[in-house]
Amino acid sequence: MDVILIKQTAAVIQRIGHRTINSIWRLGCASHFILLVLLKSWTSFARPRLITREIYYAGVMSLVIILVSGLFVGLVLGLQGYETLQKFGSESAVGTLVALSLVRELGPVVAGLLFASRAGSAMTAEIGLMKATEQLSAMGMMAVDPVARVVAPKFWAGVFSMPLLAAMFSVMGVFGGYLVTVVVIGVDEGSFWSQMQNAVDFRYDIVNGVIKSCCFGVVITAIAVFEGFDAPPTAEGVSMATTRTVVTSSLAILGLDFVLTAFMFRGVA
Amino acid sequence: MQRTVMDFWVGVFVMAGIGALLILGLKVGNLTSYQGGDSYALLGNFENIGGLKIRAPVKSAGVVVGRVANIEFSLETYDAVVTLSMDSRYRFPKDTFASILTSGLLGEQYVGLLPGGDEAMLEDGERFIKTNSAMVLEEMIGRFLFNKAAGD
Repeated sequence: MDVILIKQTAAVIQRIGHRTINSIWRLGCASHFILLVLLKSWTSFARPRLITREIYYAGVMSLVIILVSGLFVGLVLGLQGYETLQKFGSESAVGTLVALSLVRELGPVVAGLLFASRAGSAMTAEIGLMKATEQLSAMGMMAVDPVARVVAPKFWAGVFSMPLLAAMFSVMGVFGGYLVTVVVIGVDEGSFWSQMQNAVDFRYDIVNGVIKSCCFGVVITAIAVFEGFDAPPTAEGVSMATTRTVVTSSLAILGLDFVLTAFMFRGVA
Repeated sequence: MQRTVMDFWVGVFVMAGIGALLILGLKVGNLTSYQGGDSYALLGNFENIGGLKIRAPVKSAGVVVGRVANIEFSLETYDAVVTLSMDSRYRFPKDTFASILTSGLLGEQYVGLLPGGDEAMLEDGERFIKTNSAMVLEEMIGRFLFNKAAGD
């Protein structure tokens, strides 16, 4: 009886150890791969046309969903903020509420989540499918480095697009908040803008938000290209890799956001 | 997809992104009232700064004319030394009165400047001669109770 129990416990411990080693090994693989991408990206800088094409697919194609969600997030923030603030008679502070929450948190985070599911999954699927149909090996045969030709432009396009998308998201959100509070409800327009401008500091709020979105861009695209390149070359493998990209990068955004917020906004300037 | 069409849309995207950053800076943020380079510093010693924070506004007649840049405790005079970063468009006389005020009942604290009549202006790095500390609610209540007890 005791022997069986010990064996079972040992098996459980073994499984935990195996998983830990496996995930650390994957993390090592991913870091190695990203380092490789960075080292080989001079080819894509020498041929900016490659990056332009990827910016089109990652950035421009995500524009509609980013703008529409930004607008609606702003509308809802305006409504809810007004609902609560008017109880305290400070409904003119709704501009501050909308702008600060968008610029500091919601802009980078929600735009990042949308970008991960819209563009990150597409990157993973494209690279994974190229691998499954042996296009990457064919490139290797023709002495074209697939990392430099396919992966690096996608990486840089994502890193470049993400801050721009987050900024557009925030602007649309502020516009949505303006629409619902000033145009529909009738909060005073002057105090809406002036309170907002008094509270939002360029260096402290906006630049920190942009830094956040840059970090998210790096993380999302790094996860997306690694998962694509690492995908088992089967239909199932590609679909699983796409799912993993969305799940992992969403979790990474949320975790990283907390860490960045803890460093950036601690109530002391 | 035609190359020129793709280039066009990427151009639109980049311009819209930079435009969004500009709107954030100029319309949402305080970049318009934020002259980074041309500002000058003024110092003020306050007996008690209450809840004054760095980056709090400096106002004169209700207009923001600068921001609190630094707050330190002085070991020479045992009071608080507040450094104000003033917009260089605005100059104040030597006998300007600096006091720490509160906007509204529960609002944030700011430094209020009441210009005097001196001909000479405060230069970069100079100190206010006359300052007024923040109101501390406990002291006010204490004084009120003390007066009340003395009166009875």
